[in-house]
Amino acid sequence: MSTATATPVGGKLLTPFFKVMLVFWALGTAAGIVRFTQGLGAATAMSDGYPWGIWIAVDVVAGTALACGGYAIALLVYVFNKGQYHALVRPAILTSALGYSVAGVAIMFDVGRYWGLWKIPTYVHKWNLNSALLEVALCVMSYIVVLWIELSPAFMEKWKGGDNATLRRLSERFLPPVEKALPWIIALGLLLPTMHQSSLGSVWLLPATKLHRLWYTPWLPFLFLASVIPLGYAMVVVETTFSSRAFGRARETGMLGSLGGVTAGFVLVFLAVRFADLAWRGRLGLAFRLDRYSLLFLLETALFLGSAVALLRKKARTSVGTQLNAAFALIAAGLLYRIDTYIVAYNPGPGWSYFPAVGEILITIGLIATETMVYLFVVRKFPILAGASASRAGAA
Amino acid sequence: MDPAMARTQATEPHDPSGVSRRDFLKVCTAAAAAMGLPASAAEKMAEKAASGRKPSVIWLHFQECTGCTESLLRTSHPDVASLILDLVSLDYHETLFAAAGHQMEEVLQAAMKENAGKYVCIVEGAIPTKDGGIYCQIGGRTAVDMLTEVAGKAGAVIAIGSCASWGGIPSADPNPTGAVGASAIVKDKPVVTLPGCPANPYNLLGTVLQYATFGTLPALDDKGRPKFAYARVIHDDCPRRPHFDAGRFAQKFGDEGHRQGFCLYKLGCKGPRTHANCSLLHFGEVMGAWPIGIGHPCFGCTEQPLAFRVPMFNTVEVEGLTPPATYPPVFAQHGGVSPVATGLAGVVAGAVATGALMASRKIGSEADKPEEGKKP
Amino acid sequence: MSQIPRRSVLKGLAAAGAAIAVTEPALGAVQARGRGRRPEDVGLLYDSNRCIGCRACVTKCKEANDLPPDKVQINGADYNAPLDLSSTTKNIIRLAQDGDRAAFVKGGCMHCLDPACVNACMVSALTKIPGGIVAYTESLCVGDRYCQVACPFNIPKYEWSKALAPRMVKCELCRHRVEGPACAEVCPRQAIVTGKVNDLLAEARRRIAGDPKQYHAKVYGEDDAGGTQVLYLAPAAMPFDKLGLPDAGTEPVPELAQAIQHGIYKGFIAPVALYVALGFVVLRNRKGAAAKKEEGR
Repeated sequence: MSTATATPVGGKLLTPFFKVMLVFWALGTAAGIVRFTQGLGAATAMSDGYPWGIWIAVDVVAGTALACGGYAIALLVYVFNKGQYHALVRPAILTSALGYSVAGVAIMFDVGRYWGLWKIPTYVHKWNLNSALLEVALCVMSYIVVLWIELSPAFMEKWKGGDNATLRRLSERFLPPVEKALPWIIALGLLLPTMHQSSLGSVWLLPATKLHRLWYTPWLPFLFLASVIPLGYAMVVVETTFSSRAFGRARETGMLGSLGGVTAGFVLVFLAVRFADLAWRGRLGLAFRLDRYSLLFLLETALFLGSAVALLRKKARTSVGTQLNAAFALIAAGLLYRIDTYIVAYNPGPGWSYFPAVGEILITIGLIATETMVYLFVVRKFPILAGASASRAGAA
Repeated sequence: MDPAMARTQATEPHDPSGVSRRDFLKVCTAAAAAMGLPASAAEKMAEKAASGRKPSVIWLHFQECTGCTESLLRTSHPDVASLILDLVSLDYHETLFAAAGHQMEEVLQAAMKENAGKYVCIVEGAIPTKDGGIYCQIGGRTAVDMLTEVAGKAGAVIAIGSCASWGGIPSADPNPTGAVGASAIVKDKPVVTLPGCPANPYNLLGTVLQYATFGTLPALDDKGRPKFAYARVIHDDCPRRPHFDAGRFAQKFGDEGHRQGFCLYKLGCKGPRTHANCSLLHFGEVMGAWPIGIGHPCFGCTEQPLAFRVPMFNTVEVEGLTPPATYPPVFAQHGGVSPVATGLAGVVAGAVATGALMASRKIGSEADKPEEGKKP
Repeated sequence: MSQIPRRSVLKGLAAAGAAIAVTEPALGAVQARGRGRRPEDVGLLYDSNRCIGCRACVTKCKEANDLPPDKVQINGADYNAPLDLSSTTKNIIRLAQDGDRAAFVKGGCMHCLDPACVNACMVSALTKIPGGIVAYTESLCVGDRYCQVACPFNIPKYEWSKALAPRMVKCELCRHRVEGPACAEVCPRQAIVTGKVNDLLAEARRRIAGDPKQYHAKVYGEDDAGGTQVLYLAPAAMPFDKLGLPDAGTEPVPELAQAIQHGIYKGFIAPVALYVALGFVVLRNRKGAAAKKEEGR
């Protein structure tokens, strides 16, 4: 149990790992140039049959889901009052801020008329309040702002005692009001993901005829929300484990272990609702056809169930290995569920097929690499991670 | 002789001109129809021609083969030459007139003076402009001067044939005489151009009849061509079009496809780019007597970019693509999957999965061992 | 203590109630369900029984909309042979085959009474204008392509090859033309007819009644997908599914989605209430945590 304050990690930024990330960034940028100079058709495999590809399914939908660590931890700490997890908040919020910002960048790559994106929050008179996607867009835009505000104390604390006069003044001016308003900012940071993560499921209520029945259900908004919370926790486990190992910080294994129960609970609720709904609508048979769809559905279920079972075992309380495996399985499950809903289960009719093009893959990897590099930069320079022990040269 | 005509001649009073009213009406009807005017227009034309003063026509010849005049004279059913003499007052025509020399000059001047501002100036043949236009002189005057003078006082100017319309064969590269069409010389009034080599005589007849009856010229396109004859390309109304749509082509002269009457596009037919009404009117009054009808590709005689420029048997691009005789299915097949992308995705997914498993094994075994195993 | 203090929750809910009273009237009702057919709605009637597959409508549509041909070379000659609707093709004639039976079928925007695309578009770039035509406004479009995903007929097409200012492309019933739809204007067999939808429905029923052996008894689009303004007549021997016209049910496509979304977000009650409640809980917890810190010192 640690209530130590957060401190910058310090150390060399340009590690070999970081350099590898730079290479991925460069490749992604090259692909990005193709996308912006020659259009989406040249850089991607998206088509009139499959207008949404991995940039939506992975970078945005799965990406924001994985970036819900902040959401999950904030719920725990600020609503359920488990103050003992407080040390996990800042790194989780940082990951969330970065994850959502990267999703925002991915959107700018994906939409065809990106220069018009500013109209979404400003053209109030043109808002189509019936559109689930509008809810997602406005909510995500707001949440990005909220996340950075939530994170700003970490920057301002450092700047307050730093050399730069402007930054010092800024921090002195803004830190107090932000701290005072924090509960309401946090509340917003709890409300917004609840809304848009479920709306990402609602998006699929409209094209009902084109979605495979193993994924289409009126319960989509609930299922998306129910699966995002355990995903958030899984991300916290992974991130904390790697960060603590890389930067020589205490790992909080016991804390993470006790989270496992909550996580497993959400997963079981998700599975229960999903199966009950399928049974009630008479579609359960589809799951056992052993065709492409059935196999993917069963894989999702296996990963979800496997992780939940692992987390409920006593071993999970103390074993880092178990926690990590369960987290990976959960992340894979959540990712797969979203990719399946957005791409695999989508059927525009005969004659169309989709597999991401090289450009799409490179840009996705590039975005993740960028996110990783920024994360490493921030945790080294700013007080994000707690549990500092004798410093050791970072492996990452 | 056509039995109908024989009957007519037997029952109706014999007209000194040798043409019955019925035949006359037939011609007017044909001309009106060719122009897209209603049937009532034909009546009016016939009336106007029978009564009233006939419009004066001054017909100039320059760099020409006289083919356009000859085509006009060859229409024989009924004799249009006579009709022309009845419908209009042909006041100057170098081919048809018996007179020559000073007499002709006087006739021309008299006609111009008497009908100034009202006569129709018909131009046949191109006008050379190089070296002061000396390459065509009549009575010591260059074609340029003659045209400028005559057209200057005309009520309407009609250029018949490709030569008068845009220069025709005299203007073919290298155009040693600087041959141009009438519209390059006449700038102060619209010039109706009736390209063709030769032009279809009914196009001229229709235009002149409209002017004579109503005092107006037909709607013209940007090249001065009457839209009723030149708005569409040969390809649009070609009787062999179904063969084109179905991809049935004659590949060589005399081959099986050629014998079957297949499309001549691949033999160099310029029909897809040639504006004219030959596919509808054919030529003269003999149905089927036109190039494509007798199995030869159209060579684009009305079109300046094509005729005498693009080799006879070179194919041209089709203006205004249309669907072939095949149809898309209800569900069309689209695209495929890139093997490179699949490979890359496989590598990435594999790397991530392997990395994750390795990491969890390493970190797990490290962390779950007793403390002394760990580095500070 | 790790429970949410009851007082906080009650306080929160009370404040939420107050907030609702303020915000709900401000966020009035959004689109009422089921627009229904209106007397001034215009559309097309396509009769597959009369269509001879001449494709004059395909050619004329390209011309009227300034669209380039879909160039295909067959046997050395060039043709305009679109394979499917696309960013260069707003109207297409397909050949449906079933054994030895065949029929032509036109493809293009159905101008639904309750379009999924209109429901989907965030910034109202797709709207139903007077007359019911589903119109596209390029200046508002962001290019997110949700309309493509939403449409049960897969109609909206995107300009994938353009890097600058790509558009969504679909039939808009030639709303830019005084003469109206070019396809109806040029069809030589009255296989495509334009007019008020109610008149077209009457004409459709007349045609069915006139030859009940030849015609399939149903008019597609009368209530399919909640009703469309482009109606189809099929041969009895080639029912609509063989022509590629999907079974889209009789409910408006957006019905369920809207019911659920509005159920959750009605007047924004739930989000506001939740926010206020959350705010109070967090505030309370933080105060409690700060107090404990103080005590600990």
